[in-house]
Amino acid sequence: MAANALTPGIVAGRLTPEDYARNFSDLHPPLDAHEARVEADRCYFCHDAPCITACPTSIDIPLFIRQIATGTAQAAAETILTQNILGGMCARVCPTETLCEEACVREAAEGKPVRIGQLQRFATDTLMASGTHPFARAAPTGQRVAVVGAGPAGLACAHRLAMKGHEVVIFDARPKPGGLNEFGIAAYKTPDGFAQAEVAWLLEIGGITLRAGTALGGEMTLEALRAAYDAVFLGIGLGGVNAFGAPGDDKEGVEDATGFIAELRQAGDLGALPVGRDVVVIGGGMTAIDAAVQAKLLGALNVTLVYRRSRARMNASRFEQDLATSKGVRIITNASPVAVHGNGAVREIEIEYTDDDLRPTGERFRLAADQVLRAIGQTLVGADLPEREGGKIRVTGAGRTSLPRVWAGGDCATGGDDLTVTAVAEGRDAAEDIHATLMAEG
Amino acid sequence: MADLTTTFIGITSPNPFWLASAPPTDKEYNVRRAFEAGWGGVVWKTLGEDGPPIVNVNGPRYGAVWGADRRLLGMNNIELITDRPLAVNLEEITRVKRDWPDRALVVSLMVPMNEGAWKDILARVEDTGCDGVELNFGCPHGMSERGMGSAVGQVPDYVQQVTEWCKTHSDLPVIVKLTPNITDIRKPAQAARDGGADAVSLINTINSITAVDLDLFAPEPTIDGKGAHGGYCGPAVKPIALNMVAEIARTPSLAGLPISGIGGVTTWRDAAEFIALGAGNVQVCTAAMTYGFKVVHEMISGLSQYLDEKGLASVEALVGRAVPNLSDWQNLNLNYVTKARIDEASCIKCGRCFAACEDTSHQAIAMSPERVFSVKDEECVACNLCVNVCPVEGCITMVEMAPGSVDPRTGRGVKGQHADWTTHPNNPGTCAAE
Repeated sequence: MAANALTPGIVAGRLTPEDYARNFSDLHPPLDAHEARVEADRCYFCHDAPCITACPTSIDIPLFIRQIATGTAQAAAETILTQNILGGMCARVCPTETLCEEACVREAAEGKPVRIGQLQRFATDTLMASGTHPFARAAPTGQRVAVVGAGPAGLACAHRLAMKGHEVVIFDARPKPGGLNEFGIAAYKTPDGFAQAEVAWLLEIGGITLRAGTALGGEMTLEALRAAYDAVFLGIGLGGVNAFGAPGDDKEGVEDATGFIAELRQAGDLGALPVGRDVVVIGGGMTAIDAAVQAKLLGALNVTLVYRRSRARMNASRFEQDLATSKGVRIITNASPVAVHGNGAVREIEIEYTDDDLRPTGERFRLAADQVLRAIGQTLVGADLPEREGGKIRVTGAGRTSLPRVWAGGDCATGGDDLTVTAVAEGRDAAEDIHATLMAEG
Repeated sequence: MADLTTTFIGITSPNPFWLASAPPTDKEYNVRRAFEAGWGGVVWKTLGEDGPPIVNVNGPRYGAVWGADRRLLGMNNIELITDRPLAVNLEEITRVKRDWPDRALVVSLMVPMNEGAWKDILARVEDTGCDGVELNFGCPHGMSERGMGSAVGQVPDYVQQVTEWCKTHSDLPVIVKLTPNITDIRKPAQAARDGGADAVSLINTINSITAVDLDLFAPEPTIDGKGAHGGYCGPAVKPIALNMVAEIARTPSLAGLPISGIGGVTTWRDAAEFIALGAGNVQVCTAAMTYGFKVVHEMISGLSQYLDEKGLASVEALVGRAVPNLSDWQNLNLNYVTKARIDEASCIKCGRCFAACEDTSHQAIAMSPERVFSVKDEECVACNLCVNVCPVEGCITMVEMAPGSVDPRTGRGVKGQHADWTTHPNNPGTCAAE
């Protein structure tokens, strides 16, 4: 008999194929040409626009919107991509409600900002659909740069370096490029293989060799890379996951949310992907929300997100929180797991309420749980790395590390929020600094 | 609630909103529906002389200019006068007027420049029972190439001549519709009055090309790769029309000449503005063509509310109230000093005022790092550009400086008494008292 929402345990096929298709389709369907023109007309073309300031990659948003409004979406895309080569992905995954759209003056005026993210997607989709790549390489410099990590930071760095005429080799531990774009973001934000399509499009510039399945720390050491290349950029992300350290957290059914999401992203058939009946997600960031929402969309009966601090302190934006509750996720705040119960496999999780200073209150309760997903932060893994600070590679300026000729950016490096768009900005800026350094040395 | 009943050159209608001679008034079906919707009157689309019907192009007739959100701001057309047989139009006019005796029904006419042609058609039109005729001396395209329409309206002698023929051969009230495609609107208006016209109506459409097809390299609307200038209308032409209406209203030799105001009337407010500048009623076309006949409901309720708020008992009481305040530049008070004021509470911090002033005006707006915008009184010449570009109505206002205060820009005290160019020392034409 086929499984359904009530079937106990971690099982596959709780829903019909139609349910899976509907649940994991585009969260925000793209604007059509008419919708884009109507929306673009709302932009006031502000002076020194607040939305530009709010964008970590400083895209000239009023300009690209005006270019859409005047029927030149490809020019709009060039404006975007010049600043942010992953503008297509950022249009889909950026928390615009806390960045450009929060700063939009129409948010102040009417509570309805211009839908900048959607317009950015319209422009970049239009350009990518045209089959063109608007950037060309400069004359070869003869310099070679190793980029470790094919995530947003590494890809942005590699593209900018290739454009400057350098030869770039990107190494990535995973079998596919894209980093969190491919493995770490909710499927409904970037459906239809967009992450891979974007990487393929980005590589069209030429001069970039991709070596997937090659991890730093195995046969390939940072020392060897430094010897073989003129410069090295580390965009290796955060490969480890924090444990919550409660008794029983090694029981069967307790998993990392990142692994759950990665498996979901790579699944060929969502109907074959098992999910618990009673799922508890521990954490309050974007990963926690992505895991909780997707568990619900896979057909879990009850999904509860447990976060140790208040709603206001959650790293996930209000929009993301509301998305989760709208899908039926229950959010419990000021609560921490204290024990995982079960005979081999998890059956229940015991939670204790905490006050605002994270002190236990003594008030405890249990939630039925056959699957527990940990999303309480990721950690940098790897020996042989440049000096660290607060668990990350310490960088100064445009990603300079403690080692000569080694730069770092993205989640693995200090500074900035752990956002795709921030990683792109850091990779881009590091590339400019690498270029300046290499050319100054002649 | 104010009574909107209007009597214009002896023609009474329940409100001052008439549909102008144009496609909406080309046939019985439309006009009946317009009256059912509440329009006070119509000017039936222009009739030509009996004979083979007029032909129109079979490609697009209209071009357009759009604002944000594709709002239609201006439109032009290359349609000619009615292309339906004269007898059919006359039968329909007769039936409609019989069924709608309380509404104004004026018939627009355009026939060649000879007395017999005008005499013949006037006789047939009188038999319909219509309330008056309007002489189409305005259409700037097509018919003008055949010596009619604006080809007549551009020559005051012709205007007077035809008006005289019409007054000679008919007892119907005669409205002369003027073309704006001239240098001085007062000349044809004077000619109409001298010819005995009961009223003038204006403006007809303006010579225009709305756009160029950049693939075909041809003006729009494009007919098989070619274009011709058309007549421009809609909200975009209102300022031109208001000025021409006002020029007639304030000219002493034209005093008392009734005016039917036309040109971009889209809301009750537009209508009130035309009336305040001297129009006895208004004619509407583009607004109806854009939104349908129902727009007249808003015009009726809006004008009625406005008259009530102003304590005006009738439309007549509003006619011409702004005319005394239309003057020449040389008479404007140079001692009237204002400064822009930005209301920080309603400011949404878009910075458009700053960009406009800094880049194109007088560098009179300061911008703080927190995006607080303030006016530098020592630089502000009160040009009003910031007010015009601000997206929030009322956020920036021009505030008058009190007499006795010192204008920080000039360092001079603000004087209470009027002083203008006619007495200004820099004016070489000023005659010093000797």
